[in-house]
Amino acid sequence: MIDVLVVGAGGAGLVAALSAKERGASVRVLTKTYPTRSQTCMAQGGINAALSNSGEDSIKSHYENTLKSAHGIADEKMIEKLCNEGVEAVKWLDSIGVPFSRNEDGSIAQRRLGGASAARACYAQDYTGLKILHTLYDQCNANEIEMLSDRFLLELIVNEGTVGGAVVLNLKTGEVENHEAKSVILATGGYSRIYGNNSTNAVGTTGDGIAVALRAGAKLSDMEFVQFHPTALKNSSILISESARGEGGYLLNKDKERFTNELAPRDEVSRAIVDEMAKGGEVYIDIRHLGEEFIDHQLPQERKLAKLYENVDPAFELIPIKPVAHYTMGGIEVDAESQTSIKGLFAAGECANHKVHGANRLGGNSLLELIVFGREAGTNAANLAIENMESPTNGYAGRDLKKCILELQDPACKIDFYTKRDELCEQFYENVGIKRNHKMLTEALGYLERLRDDLPLMGVRDTNLIYNTELVEFLEFKNMTEIANAVVLGAIKREESRGAHYRDDNPNENQEFQTNTIYYKNGDELCVTLMK
Amino acid sequence: MTINIKRGEELVSYEIEEKNLTLLQVLTQIKTEVDSSLSFSSGCRSSVCGSCAMRVNGREVLACAYKPSEGDLIEPLRNVPVLRDLVVDMDKAYGFNKIAKAWGLPTSKSISVSPQDAKQNELQSDCILCGSCYSACPVYSVNSEFIGPFALTRSWKYVSDLRQSDISSTIAAVQTSGIYDCTLCGECVPVCPQGIAPKQDIVMLKNKSGVLGYMDPSFASSFGGGLTF
Repeated sequence: MIDVLVVGAGGAGLVAALSAKERGASVRVLTKTYPTRSQTCMAQGGINAALSNSGEDSIKSHYENTLKSAHGIADEKMIEKLCNEGVEAVKWLDSIGVPFSRNEDGSIAQRRLGGASAARACYAQDYTGLKILHTLYDQCNANEIEMLSDRFLLELIVNEGTVGGAVVLNLKTGEVENHEAKSVILATGGYSRIYGNNSTNAVGTTGDGIAVALRAGAKLSDMEFVQFHPTALKNSSILISESARGEGGYLLNKDKERFTNELAPRDEVSRAIVDEMAKGGEVYIDIRHLGEEFIDHQLPQERKLAKLYENVDPAFELIPIKPVAHYTMGGIEVDAESQTSIKGLFAAGECANHKVHGANRLGGNSLLELIVFGREAGTNAANLAIENMESPTNGYAGRDLKKCILELQDPACKIDFYTKRDELCEQFYENVGIKRNHKMLTEALGYLERLRDDLPLMGVRDTNLIYNTELVEFLEFKNMTEIANAVVLGAIKREESRGAHYRDDNPNENQEFQTNTIYYKNGDELCVTLMK
Repeated sequence: MTINIKRGEELVSYEIEEKNLTLLQVLTQIKTEVDSSLSFSSGCRSSVCGSCAMRVNGREVLACAYKPSEGDLIEPLRNVPVLRDLVVDMDKAYGFNKIAKAWGLPTSKSISVSPQDAKQNELQSDCILCGSCYSACPVYSVNSEFIGPFALTRSWKYVSDLRQSDISSTIAAVQTSGIYDCTLCGECVPVCPQGIAPKQDIVMLKNKSGVLGYMDPSFASSFGGGLTF
């Protein structure tokens, strides 16, 4: 049996695997795609560290900026750890070959992102996440870490409150596989795709690990906090990076007039845009005045993608935009050792809630989180596995998952789940989105209840088991419905506005709610409470 | 508009509306509205994850960055096993990164890198491992163990990195079924969605190998006979 099983091969998963290996554990990584193809590759802005390479900065300022953005529900000790270890983390990335952009003096270049008091984000052009992820992958090869692709997580093996591995679907063969391990790390990413096409994220960001952990008995927290990015392309939700506004781009309403401070926090700008859209008509970002040469040099991706998806050339035309889901602050509840409420089960990255982002994440902190808490999870999981000489598992004792999958296949199913998936995502964007209130949330909850009743009438028409992507999308959809339920229940419970969670029926912060929301399963029922 | 998709041995035609969509959007529409069994891979929709490489009319493209035209023929990548429809198995291809020992050895000292130095391997590190160059490479028809364009570009990325003090193992790893098996035909260059030229990087690796005392085996063998007595 292997020591540490890592599920997910994005930044957090690969760092966790490297750390566990370094500690002396045997490690296996599973991913539902391939390593290097995860959400991490889409991170553009940078990774925060108070290096003071491009102007004066300090760990204290990094700490204070992060704490402020978290709006009172972060764990100060965790933020301290994040900021303290930032400098070391970036030095390590430099030492393994991440090709950071450079200053004239040879140091790593840094830029200022929203909410930061200094130029703190170390970047590699507009490819920071991509280049970090690929370098981590190369290190995993160097350290002979086993990485198995095309494995979709179905359930965790848990006996008497202790994890013993994971059960996955091998997409290549259609077979269900048990991977037993002494400890397991979930690094499966966030859940922004519950907003479907109204999300900047990759199509697979469906919160699978979070849903699986919940089913296995783990607690979740703060699921109602979802960050919306103000500027995504209107038709395709492709991100127009914050640097477009940072460099001087304007937001214009249907009358081609400016209506807000473009440099305010993401949640405020998103709300201002939604208000304009509610009046009818489009909202645009205008970067024409920056000049074609500047755009080609600083925003080449944006120009290419706007032309491709919107048929608009930003050098000469206005770009139609809308705010869409971008990052999910909530996730699996973990302690200071990155361990979940299930013994031996750890979590890191966007799927975990280390309480460093609180009610709103700062740009540049998510890549840093992957490194700092990926390490924490990897080292602790390895220590636990190495100490634990005896096999903790009695194997998977749950339902026959192969049989369950075969039962999902139904060429004559009555309800098309793709149609329902679109409906769910629209419902969430409308009613559990940037602005919420009790009436909207109750409507969404009612919709979800009806959807759950309809689920047995849905199925997978494609009966071939080899690389059945319809089956994968249906399993992802089922996970999404569970995640969506947590998000809406948390949003109903939290009768206040805080950071990214905005209730127009309760527009202010309320001291009573200055704590984390906790979710757990009691039988089939999902319970939501406020942390004491 | 009609597009034709290679599905196993069959060629299946689909009638699609002309709505100025990308090929990936069109495939998604076919899957969710017409035929849910159509299989393809996708991820980021914005050309950074490398999941949706396929061939259109014989040329490699990313489906998320291509707009289809009347009569297009859509096929899976070449030189890799087809798992189903447009989905290929990249495991062996990815494995060449390991065979090439394309990685850095961590250094403890912090090395100053000027913006000009950083430009040396900036383009090479833009690689998204989509496999387009691997599919376009004709060497695989004669040598299935060829380390191949993307893995060699990756090797050069590290070999050319100022921060690397010891590149000997990476250089040694690309001598067999590596740099000398490339015919420098250049088929890998125009198909790269990131504008990388693996052929150039292979030439650079050959030069570096020469400097380090390695010899092109085809060159060595032509003299081989005369040296035995």
